[in-house]
Amino acid sequence: MSDDNQASTAASGGCPFSHSQGVGEFADAFATVRSQQGTMDIDDQNDPVKMVLGLKSVRKAAHNWKTFQSGAIPGRIVVPSEVAIRTIRQLPFELDPPMHGDFRALLEPWFKRPLEPAYQDKLITTIHRLLDNVQNKEVDAVSDIALVLQSQALTTLLNVPFAESDTWISWGTHVFRSEDNPLDADKANILYDYLDEQINRARKTPSDDVYSLLCSAEVAGKKLTHDEIKGIMVLTFAGGRDTVINMLTNTLAYFADYPNTLALLRDKPEFITSAVEELVRYFSPLTHMGRVATQATEVEGQAVDQDSRISLCWASANRDERVFENPNEVDVTRKMNPHVGFGFGIHTCLGAHHARTLLRLWIQALIERIDMISVGDFEENVEVWAGESDTVERKVGFHALNLTLKSIADKQ
Amino acid sequence: MTQIIFITADEQEHVLEADSGSLMELAVANNIAGIDGDCGGVCSCATCHVHIAPEDKARVGEASEIEADMLELAENVTENSRLCCQIAISDKLEGIRVTVAEG
Repeated sequence: MSDDNQASTAASGGCPFSHSQGVGEFADAFATVRSQQGTMDIDDQNDPVKMVLGLKSVRKAAHNWKTFQSGAIPGRIVVPSEVAIRTIRQLPFELDPPMHGDFRALLEPWFKRPLEPAYQDKLITTIHRLLDNVQNKEVDAVSDIALVLQSQALTTLLNVPFAESDTWISWGTHVFRSEDNPLDADKANILYDYLDEQINRARKTPSDDVYSLLCSAEVAGKKLTHDEIKGIMVLTFAGGRDTVINMLTNTLAYFADYPNTLALLRDKPEFITSAVEELVRYFSPLTHMGRVATQATEVEGQAVDQDSRISLCWASANRDERVFENPNEVDVTRKMNPHVGFGFGIHTCLGAHHARTLLRLWIQALIERIDMISVGDFEENVEVWAGESDTVERKVGFHALNLTLKSIADKQ
Repeated sequence: MTQIIFITADEQEHVLEADSGSLMELAVANNIAGIDGDCGGVCSCATCHVHIAPEDKARVGEASEIEADMLELAENVTENSRLCCQIAISDKLEGIRVTVAEG
């Protein structure tokens, strides 16, 4: 899925004497083009995309699934397109109603488990064990913290043995792409081969994990095929990989730059819930998601041809100054925050309960244990979206972010 | 304490009491079916949609522009729709009956 965006160029920082300043800043990359045009046309492998940039237009288009469909050929609603490198349909997000609703209904209860106390207790244990290992020494927030926590927490979501996370961690942060080519099919095969094994194992020896649930489940009166199960699992792995890694890394970068916000949440933990929403709005870990027009139509007053693509640019919409006061400031006490960081409409992020719970518990642990965060060298992950007349560079996270989490206990 | 009555899709009445917080928080704390409050009350998810009886609309008050924009694209919207994370509990809501919206 689209967690692997445009070939990312490396902007580097990391002067040892002026480091942390700016590391927590994530600029509104689309500000100018949004206010001047409302959309931005980009090319993508000769299948152009009209990026929709304003919040209200994004929501309207996301709501209108009849005109802007997800059930196009597999990979086409992802930008950059994955049509050339995969045939597996990712489910349920590359489906339209009514099939979409049938798959969603099957999966919803499983993906709501993060609301249960026992699930949260597991995540709390995972988080504190990780903090034990990484605090008070310089580590890379991406590979030593975010990748590890994302992988370990995913074992709870899938209800598989904790040790599986070692395999996923060993894949590195770029499991679904190689460093030099974001559309490298060989990389995706690591995941596909792994999933084939897991599904076959679950068929032979069922357990209480997600694969076994899917092997025994029915949708519309029929057992799921191997490729349908695989399509669900590919989405779960890919959709929750870079997004969660960026969310966790960027949160550390932000608190490094703004220790007062960490202190505020320590004094007033009742704001952690709104802080989670605000950080997701500000970081917008997934820049956008595409749709295919089923008929000739228009967005923002501009023509959209039948069978052409648009994208719903969550990252731009989340900085729309017509809706958000001080859109480029993080206000963890923000009361009205109608962000689209988890998407909008029938396809809203299935993993949102897991992501919200993980970030909430992560912040809770940080305020309990971490006094301050100091930053060393880092390398930003900057997406480049090249339009006909505009090129937008968006910092979405980091390739590496060296930092030290200084514990409260160590200070005392 | 203010008494609030939620009517769920199965037509059951749930009589609850609170003296602070929002209607959404009260409903979630009491597992009222159909009120999820996924975003915690910042008006971004529309999973706390209720219908207010016409005679009660005056004491509940009007939706803000941001809330109205969210409701515009919600399922089963009527002129009596509100997102109940945006309704603060106070004395003036005593005995109010709100119906959980479907969808």
